[in-house]
Amino acid sequence: MISERKSLLGIRELEPEEILEILDAAEPFKEVQSRSIKKVPALRGITVVNLFFENSTRTRSSFEIAEKRLSADVLNFSVSTSSVAKGESLRDTAQNIEAMNANMIVMRHASSGACHFLDRHVRARVINAGDGQHEHPTQALLDASTLREKLGRIEGLNVVILGDIEHSRVARSNIYLLTKLGAKVTVCGPPTMLPLEIHSLGVEHTTDVRKALRHADAVNVLRIQFERQHEPLIPSIREYARYFGITEDKLAELPRGITVLHPGPMNRGTEIAHEVAEEHAGTILRQVSNGVAVRMAVLYLLSGGVGAEVLN
Amino acid sequence: MKILIQGGRVIDPANGRDEITDVLIENGEIAGLDRNLAADDARVVDAKGLVVAPGLVDMHVHFREPGYEYKEDIASGSRAASRGGFTAVACMPNTNPPIDNEALVSRIVRLGNDVGLCRVHPIAAITKGQQGKELTEMRILEEAGAVGFSDDGRPVDSARVMRRALEYARVTSKPVIAHCEEVALSAGGHMHEGAISAMLGIGGIPNASEDIGVARDVRLAEITGSRLHVCHVSSARSVEIIRRAKDRGVRVTAEGTPHHFTLTDEAVLSFDANTKMNPPLRAEVDRRAVIEGLADGTLDAIATDHAPHADREKLVEFDQAPFGIIGLETSLGLSLRTLVKGGHLDLATVIERMTIAPARILGIPAGTLSPGAAADLCLFDPEMTWTFEKSDIGSRSHNTPFLGEEMQGRVMLTLLGGRATWEHPGMRSRLGVGTGSPRNGARAEANA
Repeated sequence: MISERKSLLGIRELEPEEILEILDAAEPFKEVQSRSIKKVPALRGITVVNLFFENSTRTRSSFEIAEKRLSADVLNFSVSTSSVAKGESLRDTAQNIEAMNANMIVMRHASSGACHFLDRHVRARVINAGDGQHEHPTQALLDASTLREKLGRIEGLNVVILGDIEHSRVARSNIYLLTKLGAKVTVCGPPTMLPLEIHSLGVEHTTDVRKALRHADAVNVLRIQFERQHEPLIPSIREYARYFGITEDKLAELPRGITVLHPGPMNRGTEIAHEVAEEHAGTILRQVSNGVAVRMAVLYLLSGGVGAEVLN
Repeated sequence: MKILIQGGRVIDPANGRDEITDVLIENGEIAGLDRNLAADDARVVDAKGLVVAPGLVDMHVHFREPGYEYKEDIASGSRAASRGGFTAVACMPNTNPPIDNEALVSRIVRLGNDVGLCRVHPIAAITKGQQGKELTEMRILEEAGAVGFSDDGRPVDSARVMRRALEYARVTSKPVIAHCEEVALSAGGHMHEGAISAMLGIGGIPNASEDIGVARDVRLAEITGSRLHVCHVSSARSVEIIRRAKDRGVRVTAEGTPHHFTLTDEAVLSFDANTKMNPPLRAEVDRRAVIEGLADGTLDAIATDHAPHADREKLVEFDQAPFGIIGLETSLGLSLRTLVKGGHLDLATVIERMTIAPARILGIPAGTLSPGAAADLCLFDPEMTWTFEKSDIGSRSHNTPFLGEEMQGRVMLTLLGGRATWEHPGMRSRLGVGTGSPRNGARAEANA
C-alpha cells in the first residue's frame, strides 16, 4: 500500500499493486479537473515544499497546481545552483525546511539518489520529482495513466522508449513501471546513448528505429539530454533527426497506428517531426493534464488520506 | 626489558614457521623462539588460543598530512593502524602540498617517529607536484626515507613520462607504485559501470579504464625492465593482465583491498557515499578474480587504500562525495572473514600477504619474526567474531561501509619494538606481572 509508505522515491521499489493503486486513485482526480471549481480540501493544513535544485517549469508547475487543487499550503523553494556551490549542504537545506514544519517535500535534484539521501535525513515525506539520471516516478505514472486511457491496459503492450536512454530518468522510471505491469519494453537509440548492460533491466534493445516500431503499440519519445553529456554522443542533430527522429514517413510504414508520447519539452525537428507532434498533440497534451491528476493522487495517498470523505 | 609471549600459534611466513611456540622479546627485538622458554625475569603474555604474527604491514594508506589534517593526520592514522594490528604503513603523497621533496619526506619520517605508534614510511610522488611532467629527485628522496614512488590519486597521464619514471626509478631500490587508470575513460564516473549503474543512473567507471592503465604500465615495466607495483587491482581482466605479465617475467607486483574482495557494486544500491571509492566496487566476477589473484599470488599483498574523509564530506549526494573509505581497523577482520572463513586462502597465506609480502615489495625491514628483528607483533584471536562499531575506529574519520558488519578475528595486542601500541580490554587478564611490562612506554593515546 502506497499510503503505508513514507515517501515516493522511485518506481523500482514499488509493487505492481502499488502502481495500480496510484493509477486508480488518479481517476477521480481527473474528474476534479473538469469541474468548474477545481479544488478539494484533501490536503488542507498540510504544508508542501517544492524544493527544486534544477530548472523546471512544467514539473514544478504541475506539482504546484496539484498541491493547490488539494488545498495544501505551498512553498516553492528554488535553488538554481547546486547545494555544494552554494556552500550549504542538501542535508542542512532540507533540515531547515523541515524546521518550518513542512509535511511533504517534493524534490528535483541533479544527483541520482538525492531523494533517497534526503529521505534518510528528514521526517517529512519525500516525493521524487526527478533525481539525476535515476528516476522520475510521477512522469512514468502519468505516461502509464495516459496509455491506459488510450489503449485500455498496460499488460501485454509493446512499448518503445526512444532516445537518450543513458541520461534519462524518464526512461528508467518507465522501464521499471512498464515491466512491472507486464508490458514488453524495447529501448532504442544511438549506441552511445544506451547503457552497456541495459538488458539487465529486463528490456530489449536495438539501434534500429524502424525495427523497434514495427510491432509497437506506443512509443515514448525522449529529448536528447545535451546538458548531461560530457562529450558529443551524436555527430549532428541532422543525422539524429534522420535516423532516430520520429517522422511521418517512419510512421507511415507501420502496419497499424501507434500512440506517441513525449514527456516534453519537445524539440520539433529533432526527436519528433513537427507534423508528428501536431498529429499526436492530443495525446501529448493529455499527458500534461494527467500529470496533475496523478500528482494529486500521489500527494493524497502519501498524506495519509486525511479528508478522504471529500472525494467520495 | 624482557617479554615472553607464551603458548601462542606463531605464524611467521617469512621463515616458514607455523607452530605453537614461545617468543622472547628483549630490548625491543625478537630474542628467540622456542618451546617452553624460561620466563626468568620476563613479563609473561599468555597467548594461548591466539595467533602470534609479525606486525601487519599496509603498503597503501592516506594519512592526509600535510594539508588535510581535518580528515586524518599521522597521529590519528597511526592510532588506526595500531588498532588494526599494523606496525608499519606506507603513506601516499597526494597531500597538500604533495610529498615530492626531501624536506617533506623527512618530515613525514620524523612525525611518524614522534607519534611512535606505527612505523610510517612515506611514498614520494613520481613527478613534482604530482603534475605528471618533471620527475622528482628519486634518489635523494629514497635517502630521506621514501619507500616507493607513486602517482596515487593522480595518475601520470603521459605514457612517455611514465616510461621515464620507471626507467629512472632504477637508480633507487624502490618500486614505482601505480594507480592505473585511463582517466579520460572514467571521467564523470562515480561507480562501477555495469548493471547497477544502469539501474541507478549513476555515471560509470568501466573496468576498461583500469585495464588499459594496467596494460600500459605493465608494458612500460616490461620494455624498461623496471619494477612496477600496481595498486588496488579491482577488475578481473587486470588480474589476468598481471598474471600473464608475471608468467613472462615482467617485474610487476600488485595488491588487492579488503573492500574489493568483500563487496560488489550492489552495495551502492543504498546510495551511501561510503560505498564510493576509486577503483569502485565492481561486479561479482571481479570480486572473485581478486580473491583468486590473492590465492595464487598474482596479487602479492593485501593493502587497504585507507582513505579518510570527514563525515560532512560523505554526508552528501552520491556524485558529490569524494572517493575513498577507511580500512585499517577492518583489514584483518575482513581478510579472515572473506578469505579464510570463505575457504579461499589459509591463515598463513593471508598473514604472508599482510606482512612479509608488502615489506619485501617496499624493501623495508618488517613483516618477520626473525631473531634480531624489531619486536613488531600482532596478536589476534582468529576465532573471535565481533561487530564493527564506531568506537572501534581509531581514525579521525568514519567513512566506512562496514559499520555494524561482523568481523572475523580480533586484534588483541599490537607491539611495536616490544611496546604495546594497542591492547584490547580482553587482553588484561592475559598480561602477567613482571618487570618488562609491555605497557611501559606506550603512549596514553594508544589506549585512548
